[in-house]
Amino acid sequence: MSLAEKYPQEIQKIFAKYPPEQKRSAVMPLLHLAQREEGYVDRHAMQEIAALVDIAETEVASIVGFYTLYHDEPAGKLRFQVCTDLPCALRGAEQFLADLCAKLGIEPGGTTPDGLVTVEPVMCLAACNKAPVFQIQGPDGIEYHENMTVEKTLELVEALKKSSA
Amino acid sequence: MAHILLRHRDIPGIEKLDVYQKNGGFQAFEQAVKKMKPTEVTDVVKASGLRGRGGAGFPTGVKWGFMDNNNWPHYVVANADESEPGTFKDREIMEGNPFQFLEGVAIASYAVGANLAYVYLRGEFWQVAAFLDQKIEEMEQAGFLGDKLFGSDYSLRIHTHLGAGAYICGEETALLESIEGKRGQPRLRPPFPPSFGLYGKPTVVNNVETLTNVPLILENGSDWYKSLGTADSAGVKVFSLSGRVKKPGNYELPFGTTFRELIYTHGGGIINDRPVKGIMAAGASSSIIVADEKALDTPMDYASVRTLGGDLGSASVIVLDDTVGIDWVVNKTIHFFKHESCGKCTPCREGNYWMQHLTERIHSGQGDASDVELLDSVARQMQGKCLCALGEFATMAVVTGIERFPTDFGK
Amino acid sequence: MTDVTLTIDNKETTVPAGTLIVNAAKQIGIDIPVFCYHPKMEPVGMCRMCLVEVGRPIIDRNTGQPVLEDGKPKIQFGPKLETACTTPVSEGMVVRGLSEKAKAGQNEIVEFLLTSHPLDCPVCDKGGECPLQNLTMDFGPGKSRFLYDEKFHLEKRVPLGDLIVLDRERCIQCARCIRFQDEIAGEPVIGFYNRGRATDIVTYTDPGFDSVFSGNTTDICPVGALTTADFRFGARAWELKSTASVCGQCPVGCNIVFNTRREAKSDGRIVIKRVMPRQNEQVNEIWLCDKGRFAYHYTESESRLSKPLVKKAGKLEETTWDEAVAIAGGKLQSAGGEVVVLASGRLSNEDLFNLKSLADGLGGKSLLYTHMGGGDLTARFGVGAGTNFGEMGAGTTILVVASDLYNEAPIWHLRVKGAAKRGATVIVANARATKLEAFARYVVRYAYGDEVETINGLTQKDNIGEAITSAENLVVLFGSDGLGLGGSSALAAACAGLVQGRAGKPNNGLIGVWPRANDQGAWEIGFRPASDLTAELKGKTVYVAAADPAGDDPQLAAALKEASFVIAQELFLTETAKLADVVLPAQAYTERDGSFTSGERRAQRFYAAVPAFGETKADFAIIAMLADAANIELADSAEQVFENLGVTVPAFAGLTYEKLAETVEQWPVVGRGDLYYGGTTYENTQGLGAHLVGGAERGETASRPQVQKETALRPGSPYGDFAGQVLRPKEDQWLVVPVSKLYDQGLTVRSSKLLENHIGAATVTLHPEAAKRLGAGAGDMVEVTLDGTTAQAAVALDETVSASVALLPRSMGLPVSGPAVAGLKKV
Ligand SMILES: Cc1cc2nc3c(=O)[nH]c(=O)nc-3n(C[C@H](O)[C@H](O)[C@H](O)COP(=O)(O)O)c2cc1C
Ligand code: SF4
Ligand code: FES
Repeated sequence: MSLAEKYPQEIQKIFAKYPPEQKRSAVMPLLHLAQREEGYVDRHAMQEIAALVDIAETEVASIVGFYTLYHDEPAGKLRFQVCTDLPCALRGAEQFLADLCAKLGIEPGGTTPDGLVTVEPVMCLAACNKAPVFQIQGPDGIEYHENMTVEKTLELVEALKKSSA
Repeated sequence: MAHILLRHRDIPGIEKLDVYQKNGGFQAFEQAVKKMKPTEVTDVVKASGLRGRGGAGFPTGVKWGFMDNNNWPHYVVANADESEPGTFKDREIMEGNPFQFLEGVAIASYAVGANLAYVYLRGEFWQVAAFLDQKIEEMEQAGFLGDKLFGSDYSLRIHTHLGAGAYICGEETALLESIEGKRGQPRLRPPFPPSFGLYGKPTVVNNVETLTNVPLILENGSDWYKSLGTADSAGVKVFSLSGRVKKPGNYELPFGTTFRELIYTHGGGIINDRPVKGIMAAGASSSIIVADEKALDTPMDYASVRTLGGDLGSASVIVLDDTVGIDWVVNKTIHFFKHESCGKCTPCREGNYWMQHLTERIHSGQGDASDVELLDSVARQMQGKCLCALGEFATMAVVTGIERFPTDFGK
Repeated sequence: MTDVTLTIDNKETTVPAGTLIVNAAKQIGIDIPVFCYHPKMEPVGMCRMCLVEVGRPIIDRNTGQPVLEDGKPKIQFGPKLETACTTPVSEGMVVRGLSEKAKAGQNEIVEFLLTSHPLDCPVCDKGGECPLQNLTMDFGPGKSRFLYDEKFHLEKRVPLGDLIVLDRERCIQCARCIRFQDEIAGEPVIGFYNRGRATDIVTYTDPGFDSVFSGNTTDICPVGALTTADFRFGARAWELKSTASVCGQCPVGCNIVFNTRREAKSDGRIVIKRVMPRQNEQVNEIWLCDKGRFAYHYTESESRLSKPLVKKAGKLEETTWDEAVAIAGGKLQSAGGEVVVLASGRLSNEDLFNLKSLADGLGGKSLLYTHMGGGDLTARFGVGAGTNFGEMGAGTTILVVASDLYNEAPIWHLRVKGAAKRGATVIVANARATKLEAFARYVVRYAYGDEVETINGLTQKDNIGEAITSAENLVVLFGSDGLGLGGSSALAAACAGLVQGRAGKPNNGLIGVWPRANDQGAWEIGFRPASDLTAELKGKTVYVAAADPAGDDPQLAAALKEASFVIAQELFLTETAKLADVVLPAQAYTERDGSFTSGERRAQRFYAAVPAFGETKADFAIIAMLADAANIELADSAEQVFENLGVTVPAFAGLTYEKLAETVEQWPVVGRGDLYYGGTTYENTQGLGAHLVGGAERGETASRPQVQKETALRPGSPYGDFAGQVLRPKEDQWLVVPVSKLYDQGLTVRSSKLLENHIGAATVTLHPEAAKRLGAGAGDMVEVTLDGTTAQAAVALDETVSASVALLPRSMGLPVSGPAVAGLKKV
């Protein structure tokens, strides 16, 4: 199903934000919309967005390629993006990432066998006072989890597993 | 003293419209629209000595005065990209005290004749954006946004725009490109946004914190604001304190507060009571200041921090203690900048890539003295040549780290 | 605009305010090194190569005057180097591009660039003409401080499409190619992916790099990252010889260079290795379309005719020139007034002039083989000397009617688009959508058959009428989209009416978008199409040159079979040649001298680039030999023929080869030692050509014929090619109309292997709803029945085509020369 069929109201709302002659501005919100379900943007979505905002598909792809929150390939349904940047690293974030991955039995950047969770390090999330911190990028957008421990995180993963099963 | 920006810490529920209104909310905006000419608003802000909180510290009222009045429409863009490692103040403001921020956007818009304003949030602030959208809707319903505000001819709409993971989009021209639906790469400057901004039209770009000051400045007058802080740096600042301190967090303090007070009084001192070794006052983009007694007693204002060979920037104070190797710090910052370099200009794109090889080698103990020298030389070679400030930022910790902490580099 | 005076490396110069430092320097012969800057594009200041020291006079705040020191203005230099490509000049500025500080800066940028560069110059196609290589030698550090083992390794062969190959390692991210496609071609089909050091060029079109201008990116790429599939690993730049020429693929007449070398691979022959653009700012600037760049391979085809043939006992057999000339010449002489010469605009001015002289001498007819009329009108109302699309902007109106410039004359598409960007009012009138519409101010959509009415009504329309009548300059380009000879002639007359009073003025007048490179020349020289060609051929002695009527149309083949004698002069053994009694093998235009007259009526020379194939001879020389055998004297050197042409044909009065070889300094300066500035395009040292004199300029007063649509369609009308009836398809019938596509199966395209994929199969384009009626979808095959012949074509869809219309491309094996009624059936 096309985005236009799936999200007619959302799309209308997005376009209403920008001057009518500046359709191209809608490309970023539309890409966020396109990622909702599958967690990445496929060629179909790029083509559709290109047509919606009246630019070339290559230009849409070029934007997908630039911004790190857009993905052109599928990964786990939920991306746990752990900040390991300087301020968080000063508060043990690197160890947190290593421990979490070890417990989940994956490498950083890897995905759990059930395809639910991908854990990846990311740059500063503007929550430096609440390390360890990660965000979950998933179907419903992005959600912060602050002052985390490995135990709390594993509990969260278990809960998510249950609710997604 | 009561908070000016982090007012939610004093007034519970200020994120609700009625509470905000009960506490004087939107009166400044209403008075401005009803009783003041746009230029008068700008003049008050000029007189207050308010300087931009996004890092560069440019006088806000002066910037508003630069708007090209021969070219319309005008736009206002609030910079909520907040991606500098160590900075987390704008998020707290937007979540805790959203209406004051939005009122600031509204007043700025009125002052420069903009009928449309955008809040550009980093993509990670998905929830904040949703929260602001809701607040904006409440303002529309209450008649603070929309057509013919307060019975005047002035109309205003505010929208949020989410980025998608790119530190460079905090740079104002890259940010504008991003709203235009392009790769977030900086434009050549000049022309500056007040003459050529969003969609090629005059645009004011201001930081969230900057704008959040504005309603109270209008309400209490420029003299009141100027009486806070120092001669060079008027008012208060939200200091984001992070790193090896016991109580990291945001602290709203007058400019001129010393590092010592911030770190020890507010931050509770260093973890395990270790000695403090270095201070990065402006996030990962900082020079590393040697945290000696003199430095600790230096007041935090733009001019004073400069005397330490640093910059206050957005006042994201990262504290390093003696357990931290500066070679490790430098390796960390270079990983960040290499990841975030937009790739548009040669020195930043290639220099960060090269530096990453070197810092990695040095930090892992495989480098030798010549690698340190080369690293220093590559960093200096980037300086003064990049298209935007990101490339310059990347060199700060490297050059000052090697110079000021030679033993950490085997010298 | 005011002028400012400044000093660059101790040389003083005065240039208009707003000039960029890099260009001001270039004008006085100082080459500031650049990578991302290109004089045809907006500056972006990305690569940082052009760093210079810039000083400005200190101004006294009180007096507003410069502060003096030793009687001279005191200059203050900024702490940072500045990019010369983005900084405009200002009064009293002092630029130091050669100072220690500036040189150090440039050196350091080169070092940065080289850290990621593979340094594979020894095997790189760009080697020898590579800006990065040259600038490294001139400005770079001799030695790398970057560990070679830490180099970034990336794919070295990434086909972006089938014509352009990307070497990811070599790319220096200057974005010239991306900016060219976006700013100049208007087709942003390549872009950057990722960011930072991982920045990479990608295309997301299908097929890849879907633009007919793609080859230009390889000229302006300052490294060997983009190469053409044609030249990749083909030769080293320094082994190549260059010969000036003109593209023979369409009426634009782009100036080119053939790069040749003698090579073992080709059995020691001298062969063409590539086609490069040659600067002519009035014609093609520094660009070429891909057809012009890649189609030349037809000239090298092994299946070319190499020897004369004569028909003996119903079979063509090889013979000597003496015998072939004796037979053909004798036949011509005896036929006299029964001779019909049929030639196309593929021939040069010289060939056509000799042919016409021969036909006139015999008392026979000279017919132009074409489906498009109106050349008599462009000869009279064509654009005036000095016309230059590059100077058109605000105040100029350009009307494009019944032509798909992108497919028919790509460089005109690009130049009209450029004029639109500078503010010209572009009006596109057509029965279907074309690519140019995206850049037009006004689009007029009519139904096929309503062309003349539409044009006649334009001036009555509010905005469009105003744009046409009160334009300072007005250029009208007309073509034959959906039209045959009658329709296009009638359309030309209607268009001539719009420019009539303006004729002879530069940037004003009529331009025919002809199917061939020298159609305009043929009209000027006196060739005219026949309204009923079949009738003209039957029973006559026919001398066909550079045309294949029998291959194009079964009816014409039948007519030729009924001719009393047929002489065919060709490159290949075409269907027509197979029917001929004598076949004369002609040289390709790459093998001989000559000239073409472009659609803008500019006569331009081309020179022999490679030796002749087999025993072939130049067309004009063959004609002179036949004439000689028929006792008519004609010149047999190209130069002499052209001189005779100048004496005989008024439009060519005063033109000589010398005149065509004249050049003037052009801006931007390209193609000299500093390849980094303009790219590998060639400087034009061999001639910019010269404009013919128009009828109006010569004081010819005859006005245009008054043609109404009805006359055009009336039986017996000189413009009537609809066999006397207005075409009204009945139910189950379709109005098929011919359209032109860039890559077709024409003789000069189809033998280029490179373009095979682009030519594809024949298509029939229908409205999606109309296709549904046939039960067909995109790609399905349908059978077209036309005048008793049937052929198959694949369905393509276009929402802008009206319901009962089917578009058939010309030269794709289906005999459509004008609109016709046909039956369609799904296979
Ligand atoms: C690489 C880079 C990143 C920046 N990031 C931010 C940011 O996240 N937030 C911000 O407000 N300003 C940021 N800035 C500064 C902005 O360019 C701009 O100066 C600021 O938004 C102006 O607002 P102000 O005058 O209120 O400070 C950044 C600048 C650079 C060069
Ligand atoms: S300095 Fe870095 S971020 Fe700024 S333009 Fe250059 S490459 Fe992009
Ligand atoms: S920055 Fe001037 S040429 Fe690239």
